[in-house]
Amino acid sequence: MSKHTINPNKWVDLYADYLYNYTIARINDKDVAQDLVQDTFLAGLKSMKNFKGEASERTWLISILKRKIIDYYRKINSNKGKAEVRINYSEDSESDGDWLEERVADAFDKTAQDTMENEELGQAIHNCLSKLPKKQAEVFRLKTIEGHETEVICNELNITPSNLWVIIHRARTAMANCLKENWF
Amino acid sequence: MSDKNKTATRCDKATHVCDKAQYKEATIWEKLKLNIHLIFCGTCRDYSKNNACLTSVIEKSKICCLDKACKESMKKQIDQAIKENDL
Repeated sequence: MSKHTINPNKWVDLYADYLYNYTIARINDKDVAQDLVQDTFLAGLKSMKNFKGEASERTWLISILKRKIIDYYRKINSNKGKAEVRINYSEDSESDGDWLEERVADAFDKTAQDTMENEELGQAIHNCLSKLPKKQAEVFRLKTIEGHETEVICNELNITPSNLWVIIHRARTAMANCLKENWF
Repeated sequence: MSDKNKTATRCDKATHVCDKAQYKEATIWEKLKLNIHLIFCGTCRDYSKNNACLTSVIEKSKICCLDKACKESMKKQIDQAIKENDL
């Protein structure tokens, strides 16, 4: 069995989005998630010699990221007083006397299962995206996920609109097939 | 042009409009023509169904990506760290 190799120069292109989605599912804060991904890369660099090549680079980075996420929650909870659960009947005098029932969470809130499914789906999409040729993946990402205008992408990548649509078509076909195999 | 070629061109056009429609960039006239084509073309019907499915799946996943500037700054920091540690 061939051993996995490590190449930090490609980390951002290959794994940044994947790690970011993993983080955002657990920490609902864009800036913090970005910082944690960045920290993960830097920590990965430092402990690169410990990489034995038994797992893939991505699995290895995820395992670092998991520690970072746990550390983050520890840190915010160790700030004095934050860890204790405060149950006040009401904090402001205005709602004094309102029923507690009125304060329960929205019944239409997302359930835990939905969140989990969404996260798995996000990972499946990233897996499929990483199997596409680089150019197709880039165009697909810009157009479908980030939702840029056709013109903007054409200018940035220096391609014609008809060229863009051909790439999009190929990418969409490949993505649909890949997701069909792995998700539906 | 033979019949077969004509159908192929029509299907090419139909898939193109279908792709555009996924990004709400197709005109009403184009969509009307596409729908008429879909009535008798099973292959395009399948494609259209899969395509719409892909769009809804991606919307549902609420997937997000880091923007380019952010990635650039990450790359720079990694490069710097590599140099500092002399790896």
